[in-house]
Amino acid sequence: MSTTAHAGRTAAATGPSAVQPAAPAPGAGPEPATPTSTTESAAAATLGVETTARSMAEAAAEPRTGITGAQSLVRSLEAVGVDVVFGIPGGAILPLYDPLFDSDIRHVLVRHEQGAGHAATGYAQATGRVGVCMATSGPGATNLVTPLADAYMDSVPVVAITGQVSTGYIGTDAFQEADIRGITMPVTKHSFLVTSADEIPQRVAEAFHLASTGRPGPVLVDVPKDVLQATTDFSWPPRIDLPGYKPTTRPHGKQVREAATLIAGARQPVLYVGGGVLKAGASEELTELAELTGAPVVTTLMARGAFPDSHPLNLGMPGMHGNVTAVTALQKADLLITLGARFDDRVTGELSSFAPDAAVIHADIDPAEIGKNRRADVPIVGDAKATIAELVTAVRAEHAAGRTPDLAAWWEQLEDWRARYPLGYDWPEDGALSPQYVIERLGAIAGPDAIYASGVGQHQMWAAQFISYEKPGTWLNSGGLGTMGYAVPAAMGAKYGMPGTTVWAIDGDGCFQMTNQELATCAIEGIPIKVAVINNGNLGMVRQWQTLFYEGRYSNTHLNTHGGKPGSAKQVRIPDFVTLAQALGCVGLRCESKDDVDAVIEQAMAITDAPVVIDFIVGSDAQVWPMVAAGASNDAILAARDVRPVFGDGQI
Amino acid sequence: MPRHTLSVLVENKSGVLARVSALFSRRGFNIESLAVGPTENPDLSRMTIVADAESAPLEQITKQLNKLIEVIKIVELDGGAAVRRELLLIKVRAPLADRSQVLQTAELFRARVIDVNTDTVTLEATGTPEKLRALVDVLTPLGIKEMAQSGTVALGRGPRSMSGAGTLRPVERSA
Repeated sequence: MSTTAHAGRTAAATGPSAVQPAAPAPGAGPEPATPTSTTESAAAATLGVETTARSMAEAAAEPRTGITGAQSLVRSLEAVGVDVVFGIPGGAILPLYDPLFDSDIRHVLVRHEQGAGHAATGYAQATGRVGVCMATSGPGATNLVTPLADAYMDSVPVVAITGQVSTGYIGTDAFQEADIRGITMPVTKHSFLVTSADEIPQRVAEAFHLASTGRPGPVLVDVPKDVLQATTDFSWPPRIDLPGYKPTTRPHGKQVREAATLIAGARQPVLYVGGGVLKAGASEELTELAELTGAPVVTTLMARGAFPDSHPLNLGMPGMHGNVTAVTALQKADLLITLGARFDDRVTGELSSFAPDAAVIHADIDPAEIGKNRRADVPIVGDAKATIAELVTAVRAEHAAGRTPDLAAWWEQLEDWRARYPLGYDWPEDGALSPQYVIERLGAIAGPDAIYASGVGQHQMWAAQFISYEKPGTWLNSGGLGTMGYAVPAAMGAKYGMPGTTVWAIDGDGCFQMTNQELATCAIEGIPIKVAVINNGNLGMVRQWQTLFYEGRYSNTHLNTHGGKPGSAKQVRIPDFVTLAQALGCVGLRCESKDDVDAVIEQAMAITDAPVVIDFIVGSDAQVWPMVAAGASNDAILAARDVRPVFGDGQI
Repeated sequence: MPRHTLSVLVENKSGVLARVSALFSRRGFNIESLAVGPTENPDLSRMTIVADAESAPLEQITKQLNKLIEVIKIVELDGGAAVRRELLLIKVRAPLADRSQVLQTAELFRARVIDVNTDTVTLEATGTPEKLRALVDVLTPLGIKEMAQSGTVALGRGPRSMSGAGTLRPVERSA
């Protein structure tokens, strides 16, 4: 029996409120305190129990004049509707944490600021609302740089509030000083250094406006300590003064009509759908357009879930590890209807040979994406929801005028590729567990209502390939930056935002070791995520490249999570993820054979009051296929190792 | 590579210059010259950026610049449709024997003498980059002690302006 439950269960099972007070005073008890008066919350505070809420009447009764900058900041966050902040306090931001203690905003105390940033991202991706993270000056702020860069690459609405040294110390290399505004300039949509407490409501309102409108992205608000301590007045709503920021959301009618004309004339069109469609909440419109045109749909890594995988028009994911049909459909298309996608190198392969015969309609809310990598024949700047809706109307008009293209020959071709090159995998020859099988079963058992947050690497690609995504916001991953360590904190943020939904983190043994400390946060704060560690004992994706391109010279990819290297005396698993999970207040399970996979997943699904980690011990040599080698043409896709698809037209 | 002059209206706030110059370096664009100064509106500054780029990269430059929140408007001031000037301060060796030649050259280029002493003369000249290069060439044999030259500033010809009524057409809109 390789599936085992362990002792951590009992302690963790007491649930969300089972935070053990450091030194509980007699009578404090394990119940969460939800005090309704400041007296009670003060009493609770002295008892070592977190306060979480206060009445709205109290908030309304609070003075608007003669308050501190910190109070103004908390009230601004309340006013923009923030319900949760992920963060860690420290010296410079300490004044902010005092009024936050009385606020009805929940603060989730993470264990590393990177966790705060990814949690805010996961929250935002799952809920569509702005995620908020918070850190102190210097190292606290610099630890946010990676998640901010991650959110920037994937256009996720996040606001980061950072403490800064007092204005008089700025530029003096003071203790815990870092020029975080300067550091994050290239990886944020915008950033503010607040220089006066009177500016606070306006800057907060602007930050949330910038983060959530146009092309979404992260915004940083850096607030010096003396600004937090200064006396100010609070008024809401403030004036938003951004004269240089006017995103175009309505598409140009003439461009839309030209696009419709191209669509009506195309015989081999493909709807190339990117993350912008999810950001715009345009899935319904997309389905309407796809069904109206009858064109095949490919959903990029960032767009999985934007269009149901079960829909017959969905060819699946294109790109470096996309399936043969999706990749080849793009290559052979005569028209790309590009919606909220950006011709990323992981999709196009060698740019000069990408979709060589296709005309391009490129609709994006960011004009800088249009023509950046691939010239657009019909550029459309606008929000995807509005654009697709108008395309539907314009295509209807084309159809009404008798211009309805016949795509039967194209579909015959596509169905042939589909039949000949389905996604698949081989079982490891050494009898080890197949990672693809684990992920496939996980998707089947947890189902399309669950949210899946993935790390970066082989497991990410398998999770994108072998789980069927039917709904928007159910697939979260780090697509652009490729941030290992994203999964656990992002799952935490998603679960906080969607408490009624099952949230699985699908992580690798390498990724998991980068941010698993946030499982302590999950256990303590009552955020019962589930983690499937696809443990192949190696940095699997790097190892795959070493196998394919470096003659199997496995330089620094062995992680010892299966035990030592062959021949090594130390055969112990380091770390042992089951006992690690228990140490972090989670349930730890392990699975090493095919027969136990379903049972262990079902066991994890049954645990709803504590985080669960399953250590799936899988084969080390499984590879991600199909594959287009980096920099190669998509025409050179390999369906499996050394298996080059034959397309029957004299071309490959 | 063709040279382009971009006139960029930006909010007059700290950090804007850093954003613009960081954008150029991060995206691999090349700045030939950059001049920043106040405008008729105290809330706005004008940056005049001269960049070497083919037209496709130039389009990317303007689109990326437009994405900066504090950039209000960008106009390309090309060819004969604009006037452009630079300012040159140049200190030339001018002992008594050579002094008349220095002053004669200054007169030819309509440069003004702004400082003089027994050994040197300092001239102030404005003009197109080409004219100032010619002046420097003529003065070089006499011995240039030091010089300081501004970036290009430029305005469109005719009655239109970048802000207010009858404005010049912006290059792109921001996202």
